[in-house]
Amino acid sequence: MIKIKNSDELIAKVRTCATCLENKIHGTDGKKAIVVCGGTGCLSSDSAEILNRFQALINEKGVEDKVTANVVGCFGFCSQGPFVKIFPEETLYTKVKVSDCDEIFNKDVLGGEIVDRLLFIDPLSKERVKKQSEINFYRLQKRDIALRGNDLINPENIEEALGDGSFLALNKALHMTRQEVIDEILKSGLRGRGGAGFPTGRKWQFAYNVDSDEKYMICNGDEGDPGAFMDRSIIEGNPINVIEGMMIAGYAIGAKNGYFYIRAEYPVAVERLKIAIRQCEELGLLGDHILGTDFSFRCHIRLGAGAFVCGEETALLNSIEGKRGMPRPRPPFPAVKGLWGKPSVINNVETLANVPYIIREGADHYAAIGTEDSKGTKVFALGGKVNNVGLVEVPMGTTLRQLIYDIGDGIPNGKKFKAIQTGGPSGGCLTEKDLDTPIDYGSLIARGSMMGSGGAIVMDEDNCMVDVAKFYMTFICDESCGKCSPCRIGTKRCLEILEKITSGQGTMEDLHELKELANVIRTNSLCGLGQTAPNPILSTLASFEDEYIAHVVDKKCPAHVCKSLMQYYIKPEACRKCSLCSRSCPVNAISGVVGKEPYVIDQVKCIKCGTCLNSCRFGAIIRK
Amino acid sequence: MAHLQMSAAKQIAEIVERYKNEKTPLMLILSDVQKEYGYIPLEVQEFISDLTGIPVSEIYGVVTFYSFFSLTPKGKYVIGVCLGTACYVKGSQLVVDKFSELLGIKPGQTTDDGLFTLDVLRCVGACAIAPAVTINGKVYPMVSTDKVAGIIQEYRTKEANSND
Repeated sequence: MIKIKNSDELIAKVRTCATCLENKIHGTDGKKAIVVCGGTGCLSSDSAEILNRFQALINEKGVEDKVTANVVGCFGFCSQGPFVKIFPEETLYTKVKVSDCDEIFNKDVLGGEIVDRLLFIDPLSKERVKKQSEINFYRLQKRDIALRGNDLINPENIEEALGDGSFLALNKALHMTRQEVIDEILKSGLRGRGGAGFPTGRKWQFAYNVDSDEKYMICNGDEGDPGAFMDRSIIEGNPINVIEGMMIAGYAIGAKNGYFYIRAEYPVAVERLKIAIRQCEELGLLGDHILGTDFSFRCHIRLGAGAFVCGEETALLNSIEGKRGMPRPRPPFPAVKGLWGKPSVINNVETLANVPYIIREGADHYAAIGTEDSKGTKVFALGGKVNNVGLVEVPMGTTLRQLIYDIGDGIPNGKKFKAIQTGGPSGGCLTEKDLDTPIDYGSLIARGSMMGSGGAIVMDEDNCMVDVAKFYMTFICDESCGKCSPCRIGTKRCLEILEKITSGQGTMEDLHELKELANVIRTNSLCGLGQTAPNPILSTLASFEDEYIAHVVDKKCPAHVCKSLMQYYIKPEACRKCSLCSRSCPVNAISGVVGKEPYVIDQVKCIKCGTCLNSCRFGAIIRK
Repeated sequence: MAHLQMSAAKQIAEIVERYKNEKTPLMLILSDVQKEYGYIPLEVQEFISDLTGIPVSEIYGVVTFYSFFSLTPKGKYVIGVCLGTACYVKGSQLVVDKFSELLGIKPGQTTDDGLFTLDVLRCVGACAIAPAVTINGKVYPMVSTDKVAGIIQEYRTKEANSND
């Protein structure tokens, strides 16, 4: 590739690439373009084979000059994947299988006729929807900031990113002074998207103010919240956008090197990032004297090795330095003394993905989106008991109700909504009464949860909130690094109490002690992991105290989740004496006489596996 | 050192050499060794210590801190059940229990025949197809307890066929 040596050459290159991308979208070059979703969800449903099949078909039919096929990042509507989209008509096919490729190719791509059966069906109108933009899931979203290009450009081809305007923001920033760049970010109101929500511009200002021969820019891609995959999709879908964000930050604070710290669990993201870095280097967009200026910058990748605590910024620094990933006491803050003792700024992936947009469109334009205390958009990984599972980007201020019911299309199987958990192991559960809460940093904290990195797990009436608290506490116990005792010992004691409660041994004193312990852990732990670790307990206790009391006093689990508090019964009047349950029981706990005596479960022998419940065809077995 | 084969020693030396210009290369070295051999036994840690000058106590500390590094070899098929929140609320704990019961091992353990290791994972990001199970990278979507026996059998059959 020919190196881009200055700003004029960049603008010329972007123009050429933009024409190519326009051609792809609008078919102005007379070609049809097939794009296939390459997100992890779709890849696990064979989207790579789907793409291979399309490419093979193009070769077989000899239509290389008329049809192209390539991968894009992630459509985000994971429960309907794998996706295939045909340009210029923008027809979106859902739940595509490898065996559907020939039909799509022959009928639509070559024949111009839509394959109706693969279109999305609107759940309300029951009508088939042809275009992506007409699907309700997408209508309330604003997917052009952090998820920019995700369902459009080929993440392994820098020219498509350039065609979408990448590096114009860097070019603009390089014509500004470093302080002007920081001022612009401050003015935009951008806050950290990793969880805590610290103003990004202020972080940059701290590092800018420190004099040092070397400074580092670090991108935190150690996305550990179980149930969150925003950062991964952003990198997988548009790695160039994150690199550009990091370079702008690097320029602003005066860093020459940037480190991406990515979870080892994300091989696709790492691979695409490597390709993107290499392509930037080939074009001279990373290296020395970028665009003919004095700004030089290089990107490096470091892999995590499976430790949740490394998402905490000082633990992350230790990990890059080849140590156990334990947090350091602050101050000194990383902006003063960070990686290898040098001033460093650590920004989350999504935060950096917002930066090019702010510089390109201007801080005022950006600040017009969102609420008073939270500007811009937020990406959520919407999951759990909700119809539309996937990745969504919404303007700040969108309500939880809109998120769950309009975008998420409500709760499946006619079940009742119980809670939505945001912020992962550091966050809390919000309930029915909070549904009209606008999503912003302040509102969520005021209601006992937090923004967090963007996990949003919906729970229905079948989920036991004590069990959910136990789930998070198990996670935290596993992941506590062990450096400080409130977190190491306190979370273990909390877990023991929760285990006692869910096994029916709990007392009211336990509940009291749980609250007290939670507050000690919160106020005395060294890092963010420990300080927020009790949140799942405190928030479920606040909203679902009656459910805790049911476990403790009535020895019942209202949601029928906690095994020790559950009993299986056969209703004698409903039993058809067929013996099916008895034969399927793994521990021979069910006895009766075929055709004569109704069957009975021996409660002492029963291991509460539920096999009998599933085997009975007459609904004679119930859980209590 | 005595137990380390010449070929392995040579390869590990190459990995260390690869990162000689890095300021703090330990994590990079260990990641590559783990990827190459599937585990990092004490002999290997001692060897890395000899080559890099990093005390073996420090290396051991790092190896045991991160869940990706293992001191013992894993089974031929590594079964990973996702216990991320989205999978958990859809019943993945029951799936772990079922694998445990049928294989006779607890999470983290390997079967005596060296065929299966059972691991629990923290979110593989396949929340739309929860509960998700991965076996050597292949993702099984929407695994319910009644599918577990079939999945195990799939690999047992595969193994029996390859031994024929």
